Amino acid sequence: MSQPAQPPPGTATAGGAAAPRPRARAFTLRLAPGRGCVIAVPYLWLAAFFMAPFLIVLKISFADQLMAQPPYSALLAWSEQGYLTLKLNVGNYLFLARDALYWTAYLRSLEIAFCSALLCLLIGYPMAYAIARADPAWRGMLLMLVVLPFWTSFLLRVYAWIGLLNNNGAINNLLLALGLVDRPIVMMRTNFAVYVGIVYSYLPFMILPLYATLEKLDPTLLEAAEDLGCRPFRAFLSITLPLSLPGIIAGFSLVFIPALGEFVIPDLLGGTETLMVGKVLWDEFFANRAWPIASAVAMAMLSLVLVIMVFQHWLERRAAARA
Amino acid sequence: MQASDKPGPTTAAEPWRDPAAVPYIRIRDVSRKFGDFTAVDGVTLDIHRQELFCLLGGSGCGKSTLLRMLAGFEAPSSGSIFIDGQDMAGIPPYRRPVNMMFQSYALFPHMTVADNVAFGLKQERVPKGEIRERVAAMLELVKLGPFARRKPDQLSGGQKQRVALARALVKQPKLLLLDEPLGALDRKLRESTQFELMNIQDTLGITFIVVTHDQEEAMTLATRIGVMDQGRIVQVGTPKEIYEFPGSRFVADFIGTVNLFEGHIVDEDKDYVRIESAEAGCTIFVDHGVAAPPNAALCVAVRPEKITLGHAAPARTGENCVQGTVEGIAYMGDMSMFNVRLPSGKLVKVTQPNLVRHAEDAITWDQRVWLWWDPASGVVLSA
Repeated sequence: MSQPAQPPPGTATAGGAAAPRPRARAFTLRLAPGRGCVIAVPYLWLAAFFMAPFLIVLKISFADQLMAQPPYSALLAWSEQGYLTLKLNVGNYLFLARDALYWTAYLRSLEIAFCSALLCLLIGYPMAYAIARADPAWRGMLLMLVVLPFWTSFLLRVYAWIGLLNNNGAINNLLLALGLVDRPIVMMRTNFAVYVGIVYSYLPFMILPLYATLEKLDPTLLEAAEDLGCRPFRAFLSITLPLSLPGIIAGFSLVFIPALGEFVIPDLLGGTETLMVGKVLWDEFFANRAWPIASAVAMAMLSLVLVIMVFQHWLERRAAARA
Repeated sequence: MQASDKPGPTTAAEPWRDPAAVPYIRIRDVSRKFGDFTAVDGVTLDIHRQELFCLLGGSGCGKSTLLRMLAGFEAPSSGSIFIDGQDMAGIPPYRRPVNMMFQSYALFPHMTVADNVAFGLKQERVPKGEIRERVAAMLELVKLGPFARRKPDQLSGGQKQRVALARALVKQPKLLLLDEPLGALDRKLRESTQFELMNIQDTLGITFIVVTHDQEEAMTLATRIGVMDQGRIVQVGTPKEIYEFPGSRFVADFIGTVNLFEGHIVDEDKDYVRIESAEAGCTIFVDHGVAAPPNAALCVAVRPEKITLGHAAPARTGENCVQGTVEGIAYMGDMSMFNVRLPSGKLVKVTQPNLVRHAEDAITWDQRVWLWWDPASGVVLSA
């Protein structure tokens, strides 16, 4: 390397003034475009299938409803004077804000999603705890059983509940045959049926993150707590529960957020008393063909979820900082 | 390997020598079975107040199970445990006057150092002000005052070990159980922590039971050692007794390094015994009597540091004196370990202190050398 500095072959020297660059630098530069391609794939995917539809819905939410094809006005138009005009109609949002129906739908959705997530937590926590403490040889099998329902279509499983909950369904037939009731208990087309459907469908999403945190929990921590004079139940409250908080938050969000916009379950199992955003959205879109209003409903719903996710993120970071 | 020097034998310092002394912890014929496997097999042990007792044994010898039975995490299959006169049968861990320092430390990761230490006092509903004082005093004792607000994962291994110790000590238990307390520390830290642990035990006057597989740790720490093998206590004694007068081949072999010569008695009296050993290739004279019939097959244990090595024959040859060839030398700094092959094929280990930096006539490989030892150095083992 004692020879006078010469640019290695193939290296273009810009303007002839640049000294030869260190080889390592050239290597990373050559690699960079390849890396960019790898990262671009998910970005392109998200841009095409998430961002573009989102922008279209956002656009429609600011349009006027028209009796035309498509059933909404364009935002951008050339005026007669030759100017490009942008017409934003916030009327759809004002309409939502003024009509009590939408407020009720959002509040009821929040209530149903929250209560379902809470029920999932109450049912899922003992299950996740039992699996995490089970013999390691059994754990895989038990987890498999939790995931097993996913092998059947979601829609089919919800339909199956109709057969169970109907007035002449399996549960009522059994109760009648045992003589426990005189006439069928009305379960179908009630909020009860919606809760059953949501809790049943989303329970695995609660159990899996809970299991992941509980399984990592060192059992000697509980022995240490007991050794220091703590009764088993208090040890659970002061050790197990706080240490499984990240799993609780994750599981809660995984149930709460999709349940908030759930359409299939309230549509199939719920009745007129069940007013959820998903159903309102569907009615606006398909029954009323009110695309701009439906889009505004969707946007409002999305902002609600965003607020909740920011809150959840904040909770998680706080839990992580404490742990 | 050296035995630590404890104060001279007085009954105050060595209550186990006093037949009138009432033991603080009495373990009576305790067994623990897991299915077909007997982890602890009929252990009977007396431990006195303020002792630092070490349970020493290899992995799977039952020492940890015995410790867990004292803490209340396991119930004995048979036998009973008394602490300060109280029968521990059926008493759950959270009601025992016993605290434990876990091998993994088991610090609560979501609590600060101070909260970890305060945890046990909070369970007792000690007034807030008193908790603060006692926690501060305990953190001062283990030199962790400035770290009170840290979380366990912001501490080094040695600091975690001290938090675990403080947390177990703050309730002033009648008995502190320590499961491999120094196992996770590096060698230098372990040595300094050993002495710190002894000082703390001295200051607080709490009875300690330490479980360890590290004989050096047991020798340094313990007032007495209980050597365990296959669920049984095979010997109990002070470190010096265990090292100098092992009761069986297992103990002699387990504690430190030892040369065992098989042989049989040819001549014996109440204060000496002569043993003919083909393995050693000489007659071994031991200056203590044995309760064994003439001609009985026995074995003599001689520690490597008690054998002298030389180019020239000693003044008296014949008994306790053999010749061999140096096969290997391990230089260990303060001393060297020589592997010497005897004509019988037996390999003898001899350690010699490296007193001078460079010896002209140093013993090297393949040399014929003389080995000899004092009649007081051998221990006759029948078991």
